[in-house]
Amino acid sequence: MSDDAAGRAGSDDTVGRAGSGDAVGRAHPRLEGPEKVTGTARYAVEYPVDGVTYGWAVPSAVVRGRITRVDTAAALASPGVLAVLHHGNAPRLAPGPERELWLLQEPAVHYRGQYVAVVVATSLEAAREGARLVRIDYDAGPHSTVLTDDHPGLYKPDHVNPSYPADTAEGDFDAGYAAAPVRVDTTYRTPAYHNNPMEPHATTAHWHDGRLLVHDSTQGTSSVRATLAELFELPPESIRVVAEHVGGGFGSKGYAKAPVVLAALAARHVDRPVRLALTRQQLFGPIGYRTPTIQRVRLAADTDGRLTAICHDAISQTSTIREFAEQTAVYTRSMYAAPHRRTTHRLVRLDVPTPFWMRAPGECPGAYALESAVDELAIAAGIDPVELRVRNDTAVDPDQGRPFTSRNLVGCLREGARRFGWADRNPSPRSRRDGRWLIGTGVAGSSYPARARPSSATATARPDGGFLVRINATDIGTGARTAIWQVAADALGVPPERVEIRIGDSDLPTAPVAGGSMGTASWSWAVVRACQSLREKLRDSPGEVTAEADTTDEVGNQPARPRYAYGAQFVEVRVDVDTGEVRLNRMLGVFAAGRVVNPTTARSQLIGGMTMGLSMALHEEGLLDERYGDWVNHDLATYHITGCADVESVEAYWLDEQDDELNPAGVKGLGEIGIVGTAAAVANAVHHATGVRVRDLPIRLDKLIGVSSLA
Amino acid sequence: MRAFRYHRPADVADAVALLGAEPQAAYLGGGTNLVDLMKLGVQRPDVLVDLTRLPLDTVEELPDGGLRIGATVRNSDLAAHPAVRRDYPVLARALLAAASGQLRNMATTGGNLLQRTRCVYFQDTGKACNKREPGSGCAARHGQNRDLAVLDWSEQCVATHPSDLAVALTALDAVVQVHETDGPRDIPITALYRSPGTHPERETTMARGTLITAVRLPPLPAARRSTYLKVRDRASFAFAAGSVAAVLDLDGDLVRDVRLAYGAVAHRPWRAYRAEQELRGHPFSPALAARAADAELAEARPLRHNGFKLPLTRAITVRALTELAAS
Repeated sequence: MSDDAAGRAGSDDTVGRAGSGDAVGRAHPRLEGPEKVTGTARYAVEYPVDGVTYGWAVPSAVVRGRITRVDTAAALASPGVLAVLHHGNAPRLAPGPERELWLLQEPAVHYRGQYVAVVVATSLEAAREGARLVRIDYDAGPHSTVLTDDHPGLYKPDHVNPSYPADTAEGDFDAGYAAAPVRVDTTYRTPAYHNNPMEPHATTAHWHDGRLLVHDSTQGTSSVRATLAELFELPPESIRVVAEHVGGGFGSKGYAKAPVVLAALAARHVDRPVRLALTRQQLFGPIGYRTPTIQRVRLAADTDGRLTAICHDAISQTSTIREFAEQTAVYTRSMYAAPHRRTTHRLVRLDVPTPFWMRAPGECPGAYALESAVDELAIAAGIDPVELRVRNDTAVDPDQGRPFTSRNLVGCLREGARRFGWADRNPSPRSRRDGRWLIGTGVAGSSYPARARPSSATATARPDGGFLVRINATDIGTGARTAIWQVAADALGVPPERVEIRIGDSDLPTAPVAGGSMGTASWSWAVVRACQSLREKLRDSPGEVTAEADTTDEVGNQPARPRYAYGAQFVEVRVDVDTGEVRLNRMLGVFAAGRVVNPTTARSQLIGGMTMGLSMALHEEGLLDERYGDWVNHDLATYHITGCADVESVEAYWLDEQDDELNPAGVKGLGEIGIVGTAAAVANAVHHATGVRVRDLPIRLDKLIGVSSLA
Repeated sequence: MRAFRYHRPADVADAVALLGAEPQAAYLGGGTNLVDLMKLGVQRPDVLVDLTRLPLDTVEELPDGGLRIGATVRNSDLAAHPAVRRDYPVLARALLAAASGQLRNMATTGGNLLQRTRCVYFQDTGKACNKREPGSGCAARHGQNRDLAVLDWSEQCVATHPSDLAVALTALDAVVQVHETDGPRDIPITALYRSPGTHPERETTMARGTLITAVRLPPLPAARRSTYLKVRDRASFAFAAGSVAAVLDLDGDLVRDVRLAYGAVAHRPWRAYRAEQELRGHPFSPALAARAADAELAEARPLRHNGFKLPLTRAITVRALTELAAS
């Protein structure tokens, strides 16, 4: 048990012992921390570029239809405006699978907010004013933008993100459910959630002699380069994408998005470098968001609380131009065992921007529903919700039928319960009151797949005794650069100070995106192999030597086994008996995620995920106005995100976990496990406090006001 | 963003004259609202007249026991002023319940009173709003209107006034001192704001170009027992879902005097005269406070998404007055 590892960063624990091979596991501040806090770290639109111009993206004003006329005269006459690009004059892109990025190529409008023009000017303000002056006429048709459970367009997708089957069935759910003595049948709803990284999607694009240089705010420059190469029909070698520092992404920067394409188009058109950054308002929609969901969960158990039948039916939306099928019910396939199980996913193609990845797509909304239903089942069965989860633990993945490489859900539940003080809990709702506050506690389990993707890397021994490790990893603020540095030092067997890390540049050895909690697992794998190979080479021929590694074969040949990180979240809330206000007293999570490379940044990832889950539970909600086909609360004053004052206490701990069937560094990934289950733990605590079960997020005061007379 | 000119007037008369000469000019205080709206294209002044160098930045204790607050006194300075904290705690609490520390450091007293509604349709030039563009319609009336008015709205506008400070000043019967082209004038704050009616673009009773120079608080010894309760959707940095400013003067358990004003319910800060009338002269009890709130809200017409504001406003009325009665 790494008891206080989460909080400690004392000098005797910091990285730096002379080549003792124990850099991994030691707390260390981010390597780039001083640059970030002093403002010298450069982000995508902060690089000084001679002759730079500014692009402003113009969104469509209609939901569905065709552009009939573009009048650019007033914009072009506005001071500082250099050009207005639109479908009639923009450079051509290859029509390919990236329909969403095939921008300024056709008069068709598929959703409100689709970028239909770009104004380029000598200043940001001039570009913005020019954008206001572009007049676009449309022929608009009828649209459908609201997800309902009886929408005529509901269909079953071929697969769900990234490649799971849409439906699964084992045993006979209907018979199993009908025969059970304890049953729960409930429907949960979650609204649209919008990724709001601190740094918006932003790009500086620069063409020179047919080559394209792009500074982009992205979670993976190798992937952006591949997409640009396809769209602009260029060999990948003639494109370079750099993302040295990235101010967050949460999945929304996991693929190339509109700004990088628009900036590259505009820069080619005006033959000057172009900077283009989205505004906060523009982050609500066209860059992806978490789909709204409607989820029906049915659980059946015997009187001891052992699950006999589980069914999770999930409905979500996609756009008309690209299918993104959130894997909402996939969480349920492997979390708890039962002889009779069924999961389904249904989608509707709406006239909306395509939803996309947002921190733990699938697992996050799915766990909200399942872990809430498990709480309801525990109450129906009269069994403690920690105990009920323990009783339904399984060493074998119910979905794959194979044993998990490691599964420490029970350990997380037990350790969390001990730290939280769960044993003293009176299970009756509304059993605790302190003045005007009703107080309640709740628990939820969480899990997230531990995967890895192929990566390459190089390691070089320098004549001065130092080492250079090159890999196109991306640090989106998580501490990835520092973690790779620690892994590399141990793999080389040298003090970390002798190692230099280079990341965030598509000219470096190709590596996967920072996403899916796969970054550290994938990158460290290639780094370890490159470093091991270098050590071997150095034994034969000391000097300036470089070793390369590519893990494609090794990752591909890894035996198929269910690999997951686990967690248990405990929450205490208080609810104002008169106003219905919900406040978080404390939130505590215990996780089992393999080896922890850097306790400092690991803790940040976990408490960040938990806080984002709290935000989902209590605050965030994209409000769509069907008439406009648009979310109307598109800024941070009206789309509320949890603030510091909302988080009175958040603690994250982890179990020591060694799993030798993962990857050389033994990590499971920490980016997403922290958000999975949080919202359910909060909702379960609200129910315990008030006796009111809110099944549509967020849990805001209007759903609990007058709770003194409810329940 | 449209190019604009920038002027720094020599004195109050110069500022008022500049506005008179420039039909598209606007006064600039802390800029915490205007600059945002300029970026969004909601307001498009061609001249900004910067008031922040004018000598209007002091708080003065008046011989009668009242207070004069200069129009450019920053919200954070006003909240921290010893006389405000001592004599008008409702005012300090309202200020500190608003915005963030950074915004309060910039925002001015006069600017706060004249800030624009946060109705999402007003702030988006792609949507219909009679306040922003007269005659274009009110998208909020049948749209997403959870944050909007329950009292005194019109088919043309259902916006609410966002200020917390103005609610406290309304309870305190503050007087707004203004300067017009023909000289100074006093306007009771209860007569400053308009109902939306058929002209929601007209938000105050001031003529265009009128400059707020100060806010005067009349002496009100009872205000030493006063408070501001604000309920919002997160713990800080959010506009009110409901708010109440309350002053309570008890003689034994008899209500000798009471002042109540509500935020987040109407196009203007809502002075709850009817509730005050129900309370005045009667022995205080929480039940009486609830009846008083109900009387005030009897004519409320909630919109599709904001019915919760009625029980919420009732609940915080009872809580504020009960706390004051016990203090």
